[in-house]
Amino acid sequence: MKHTLQQIFHSSKFLTGFVIFMSILLVTIFYPLFVPNPPLEIIAQGSFFPPGTYVSNYDAVFSSTAYTLNLPDASAKRIAAKLGNKERSDIKDYLIKVGVPADQIDTTNTTQLLDQWTKNYDPKANIPGMIFSQQRYYQRLDKSLAGLLSSEGLIIAAKNVDTGALEQVGMINQNDYVNIKEVASVRTLPLGTDNFGRDVLTELVKATSVSLEIGLIAGTIATLIGLILGLLAGYIGGAVDDVIMFITNLFTVIPSFVLLILISYSVGQEHRGAVMVATVIGFTSWVWTTRSVRSQVISLRNRDHVNLSKLSGHSLVYIITHDILPYIASYVVMAFILQISSAILAEASLSILGLGPKTSEVPTLGLMMNWAMIYQAQILGKWWAYFPVLLVIALITFSMNLMNTGMDQVFNPALRD
Amino acid sequence: MKGYRRYFLNKLLWLLVTAVFAFLLNFTLPRLMPGDPVAAIVSRLAQGMSNSTGMKAVYEQYATQFGTNKPIIEQFFLYVGNVFKGNFGSSFSQFPRPVIDILKSSIWWTVGLQFPAIIVGWIIGNILGVLAAYIRKGFDKVIMPVSLFISNLPAFGMAVILLVIFAVDLKWFPTSGGYGFDLIPEFSWRFIWSVIVHYQLPFWSIVLIAIGGQAIGMRSMSIYELNADYVKYARFLGIKDRKIVGYVFRNAMLPQITGLALAIGTMVGGALVAEIIFSYPGLGTTLLTAIQGQDYPLISAVTLIITVMVLIANFTLEIIYGLIDPRIKAAQSD
Repeated sequence: MKHTLQQIFHSSKFLTGFVIFMSILLVTIFYPLFVPNPPLEIIAQGSFFPPGTYVSNYDAVFSSTAYTLNLPDASAKRIAAKLGNKERSDIKDYLIKVGVPADQIDTTNTTQLLDQWTKNYDPKANIPGMIFSQQRYYQRLDKSLAGLLSSEGLIIAAKNVDTGALEQVGMINQNDYVNIKEVASVRTLPLGTDNFGRDVLTELVKATSVSLEIGLIAGTIATLIGLILGLLAGYIGGAVDDVIMFITNLFTVIPSFVLLILISYSVGQEHRGAVMVATVIGFTSWVWTTRSVRSQVISLRNRDHVNLSKLSGHSLVYIITHDILPYIASYVVMAFILQISSAILAEASLSILGLGPKTSEVPTLGLMMNWAMIYQAQILGKWWAYFPVLLVIALITFSMNLMNTGMDQVFNPALRD
Repeated sequence: MKGYRRYFLNKLLWLLVTAVFAFLLNFTLPRLMPGDPVAAIVSRLAQGMSNSTGMKAVYEQYATQFGTNKPIIEQFFLYVGNVFKGNFGSSFSQFPRPVIDILKSSIWWTVGLQFPAIIVGWIIGNILGVLAAYIRKGFDKVIMPVSLFISNLPAFGMAVILLVIFAVDLKWFPTSGGYGFDLIPEFSWRFIWSVIVHYQLPFWSIVLIAIGGQAIGMRSMSIYELNADYVKYARFLGIKDRKIVGYVFRNAMLPQITGLALAIGTMVGGALVAEIIFSYPGLGTTLLTAIQGQDYPLISAVTLIITVMVLIANFTLEIIYGLIDPRIKAAQSD
């Protein structure tokens, strides 16, 4: 046993897979200890906030010390953020449409361009050929450009409780800075928020652990059923074998995906928790294990040591656990690993069809994918909502398959490099 | 030939048995669902109706029309009889549109998309697998990990990645649908071109996934074959490597055909989800709308069609396999 384990861990493929898998597992265990936020808490108003660090505007204004930094490129950056190349060319288009000669427009000269813009832009003007969304775009652009070139600070005013009049309480100059560490409320969202306004990273970690659980439950059920049926069919043979093989062959040709859909649908939305989905997946994916266990057992059945055991009068259970199981253990473990990874994929596919676990309690990788697809994250370019999910799914199945191939090479010398 | 006929009849019988079983499953499982779909339709139709006798009359009319008030055994025979007449009943969610009508408009999209894609993926995957096994060093080091990683990506994942790269970012292909939204299906160049353009992304996402899985299987098969005695013998005789690879390819291919027969069900399942990502007007998307609309005649019909398609594909592959592999004929005539 120890020797086999050593041999397995010498295989570089197995080791790579094992390391990837263990790191995912450790993250799902330790992340919640450091970030105890509930995974499905809705923190954002609105959907798909991009990844980044969010600093409370209010707290930044009132942070204890104000620092003055005279950075020469600050105003250039400020202008560039509002007035990129696209905005400049859009402004040029507009100006040409309202009749400014093209040779008088210089998109690199910011002062002149803004001057021309304020002179010629009229939010109410009806320009032929301009669709409504473009009109709205220019209205928004105009608003964002207001006061871009001013060099004065902003006055902060608060409402007086008694009179209702605004009173100046502070002033923000353009060269005022805050140190982000001194701002009371800062939240880093490394993967932004999803369509419901939830922290994607926290949700993803929880989803990964739920999906792994689903894989584990489904894999255990499938492997147990497959092992028991395979042992019975292979060892007892005869009529038992015929019946089991009939059922197995039946479920081999009828696509398990179809069965999954039909059963999950029949179970109904209310009863479909994560465990239920895992059980359904387990009960539809035992076919392969049964087949391979059976063929292994058949080749073992007439070996000398098994016959000797039979002659010694050992019971059926004893023979199976002592003389057969140890020989097929490696196959069963390998099948188990593959079952886990295919169960995780099956859950994801089911969820995309809208047959995944009941929402609102726990996230799963498939549900996160489903939400991202329903809200069209892929078309809107909100990569953080779906790409990390895909990556985690691929990494889990990849690591499992690597472990499997590594073990295969250890137990099947012909495949070794 | 006698041996082959026995093999053929055996497989045909098996096809019939599985088909009957598929019918049974398809009929029973959706009917175990909690909740009464007829009641759901009636409550939708009878909104604002306060007269309870009127509601009851409406309910009974629909129950008779859908046959849900008959005993379950009778419903089953009615169902099987109707299916053979091509009558799957009316859809609940798109009532009163008949289910067969919805299926007719979607099945050819799926057949046209999935079977060519799976076959192309299978062929390319097998060729790459043999090359990886034969060349081993270098090529094997690149192809193997890449196909392992690709085949571990779910089909929908590949679909999303291709969609984002080629449709959203590069804008080479459209993001969704089976043809331009401004066209009606007709026989014109514009329409055909639109169909071809819309076909590319779903097609290649299925092909790429199929390549990955097949290449891995073929590589292991070929390594077994390359170590076989006949290869060593052929090398001693000085036969050209190119020719030996040809032999190995043919021998390693046979199990791959069975492999395809067994994997086709899973592949179709994955491809259906890929269809959904592209809103391709095939069975996958129909299934999604049926599930969302709680439309059990439609769900049951779609799953039945998919099962029957897979069973027939399986049967065809086994027939071909029997023709190619001489061992089958030999085994049957014993």
